[in-house]
Amino acid sequence: MKSNFKVFLKGIIDVSPLMIPVVPFGLIFGVLAIDIGFTPIETMAMSLIIFGGASQIVLLQLFSGGASSLVIISSVGAVNSRHLLYGAVVSEHLSDLKLIWKIIISYFLIDQAFAISNEYLKKNKDNNRYFHLVGGGATCWVIWQSTTFLGIILGAAIPEKLGLSFAVPLTFLALLVNDFRKFINVIVIIISGLVATLGYNYIPFRAYVIVAALAGLFTAMILTTKNKKV
Amino acid sequence: MSNWALILYCGLITYLTRFSMIALIKKEMFNDRIRKILSFVPSAIFPAIIFPAIFINDKGLFQIEDNPKILAAIIAMIIGIFSRSIIATIFSGLASYWFLIFVV
Repeated sequence: MKSNFKVFLKGIIDVSPLMIPVVPFGLIFGVLAIDIGFTPIETMAMSLIIFGGASQIVLLQLFSGGASSLVIISSVGAVNSRHLLYGAVVSEHLSDLKLIWKIIISYFLIDQAFAISNEYLKKNKDNNRYFHLVGGGATCWVIWQSTTFLGIILGAAIPEKLGLSFAVPLTFLALLVNDFRKFINVIVIIISGLVATLGYNYIPFRAYVIVAALAGLFTAMILTTKNKKV
Repeated sequence: MSNWALILYCGLITYLTRFSMIALIKKEMFNDRIRKILSFVPSAIFPAIIFPAIFINDKGLFQIEDNPKILAAIIAMIIGIFSRSIIATIFSGLASYWFLIFVV
């Protein structure tokens, strides 16, 4: 069995390539948050408390669009529903751990760490294999906090004319690059996008994100059922 | 609600989605069907951020003419499909956008 530190280190090394895109994401978040009117301390607190790129950008987007708090919180919850899947998948590897470790690991259960540790956890049966997930998550934590900080500093220096808010849809577009190749995903993307755009001014409380996401998931449900029968 | 309360609640809900399954699940609570549908969550939710940010202008109106964001997003999407690179997608989109608003 490898030492805890070695497994932790392996997590850091494995997750590193996935950290490259996190850098511009963090910078954009920091810059935009300041631009929208959050204080530097609030911005830093968002990255420390929420620690989720997509959630934090959705928060900014809806906040600047004048959405109510309830809608913002439920939209953030909807964006995060994918973590339920991650948790369910890794939980079988963590079932023997003490509650305190489960509490700590949950904070680090983010997209990138899940992606690399899921592979590792499947292949390794050592009792300390969860240190891999902590290594990946901690690496992302350091990158996310430091790029947020840099973004806050840069935020004051970047002119509004650059239209950096356009980086928000681009960032999310980038997260979908692999889904554009799958037929059902493309249909789901189009349905969700259309519902959100057409409903933007008509769906009350700026709840268009949730309504569009439900429409998209409903579409996925229908299309995957059909596929199974064929 | 104050900004601080908003941040705390958003943090709490984010944490709970991560913690709940790890803490509560015994063995396999999700069947393959639910897993399959949950795998569509990014495809279902991210377009709801992407499309309005491109097609709805600052005044909250649908704008399709004289909108450089549309072409820039299409270029970014094409680059993304071929490169499969998150960074290339973001930067090609931003570069096209700047080219369209400052040069063209």
